[in-house]
Amino acid sequence: MDLTIFNAIIAVVIAIAFAAANAAYLVLAERRGAGRIQRRPGPNVNLFGILQPPCDGIKLMTKQLVIPGGADKALFMVAPVLAMAPAIMSFVTIPFSDTIVAHSMDVGVLMIFAFASFGGMAILLAGWGSRNKYGVMASVRAVSQNISYEVPMLITVITIVMMTGSLNLHELASAQSGGFWNWNIFPVSLKDGFMLQPLMPVSFLIFFICSLAETNRAPFDLGEAESELVAGFHTEYGSMGFGLFFMGEYANIVIGASLITILFLGGWGCPFGLFPGVWWFLLKIYLLIFSFIWIRWTFPRTTIYGLLNLSWKILIPISLFNLLLTAGLLKVF
Amino acid sequence: MNLMDTLYSFLPDVLTAEGFAGIADEAAGVVFLIMLAVTVAGGIIACNSERLVRAVAGLAVCFVGVAAIYYFLNSPFVAMMQILIYIGAVCITIAFAIMLAAPEDNKKPGPAGPLSGPLGVITAGLVTFGMVGLAIKTQFPAMPKLNMGSVKLIGVQLLTSYSMVFELVSIVLLIAILGSLVIARHGRSK
Repeated sequence: MDLTIFNAIIAVVIAIAFAAANAAYLVLAERRGAGRIQRRPGPNVNLFGILQPPCDGIKLMTKQLVIPGGADKALFMVAPVLAMAPAIMSFVTIPFSDTIVAHSMDVGVLMIFAFASFGGMAILLAGWGSRNKYGVMASVRAVSQNISYEVPMLITVITIVMMTGSLNLHELASAQSGGFWNWNIFPVSLKDGFMLQPLMPVSFLIFFICSLAETNRAPFDLGEAESELVAGFHTEYGSMGFGLFFMGEYANIVIGASLITILFLGGWGCPFGLFPGVWWFLLKIYLLIFSFIWIRWTFPRTTIYGLLNLSWKILIPISLFNLLLTAGLLKVF
Repeated sequence: MNLMDTLYSFLPDVLTAEGFAGIADEAAGVVFLIMLAVTVAGGIIACNSERLVRAVAGLAVCFVGVAAIYYFLNSPFVAMMQILIYIGAVCITIAFAIMLAAPEDNKKPGPAGPLSGPLGVITAGLVTFGMVGLAIKTQFPAMPKLNMGSVKLIGVQLLTSYSMVFELVSIVLLIAILGSLVIARHGRSK
């Protein structure tokens, strides 16, 4: 179907609605999961706390927007928007199933990484704009973390792109259709005859760790280390400014999970080749998000040195080696 | 599909595929002007703000405008690389450097150079006059469309016709990395 204004508006509305609904209810899921793991009930009024997100939303939207005296007003106001808007843009090119995609782009992978890089800018402007020492320190930390984990993440993506020969997310996912033995995460592919990719689990692990770090999730949430930096880069934010940062974080988690699903777990394909469709995609991303929540409440936060060493001294060499070896194997077979 | 057709029949003409194609050509000029305005506004913010971080933010706006123009000119690959590299790496690195160096805010600008004042206005006017004259006098022939901005063709071109340029750029980057390493290691024992 041709791209008309009508279609574009519908696509954008659906993307915003999906991102906002996920942000609202993933907060609830996270708090329930945290409660479960820490042996306390969590939000439990009204049927598993199902009314908690709307109440939180109303509370955040009706609160007064306080701008601290010394803050840089323009940057302070722009930062939360910059955290949320690019995340919504990225939903435009994610294929939820064979037919459900707003705009399938030839450079879909690049587009998602390009818009993800706005996130670092948002954190920087938030920390600097609020003119708070904890904010500035947190934003320096968060940005150095984002930069150092983007490198191994992109190198790992190159291995996948080399195997499939496309940057289009739709093609990347449909190349793995059939059954779970065709998925990129497994070392053996039976798609076109026998194909050995022994390093794919390594790629998956690197990509998974990097997406945890890129979305600023624990154990890598050095940007908002409550024990040292009050609340990190959003210390000075209240009401909906804080709400937008929160929604942006969860929207980024959904995008990260979608990307892992498309690159490694076969996208919308069923593990046994039955009834491929959007339900499998949603099932996979919510399983991944559950594992994100599980990890967050299980592992303690690392230190900033440990975090940067993990990236520069371990993940980047391994991912470069992985890239070389995969290229060699592709050439040989 | 029937549902969509029914929905379309309720829409005003502009919103349907045929009506949209009609106004798309006229709208293209307006969209281009908006992108241009965003780019120029970003550039002005970058040059004229007193706070360095604001200047970086202006630079980012300028880059977004340029990326939008690339996208408009049918090369999404270049547009995405523009955002990924210039906003994701260059702007953030500059902002990072500003934060680590912690310059005083609202620093008074240094003594004005010889080109400030009337002389600067005249220079700017002459340059603008020259550029506008060139732009108006030059015949812009419509070039044949090379490809659909496809990544594969760009890659093939880079590794065949332009492989020399490609290698030279990588040498420049290598030298930059070595230089930064030399500066960073200065005075360190290990």
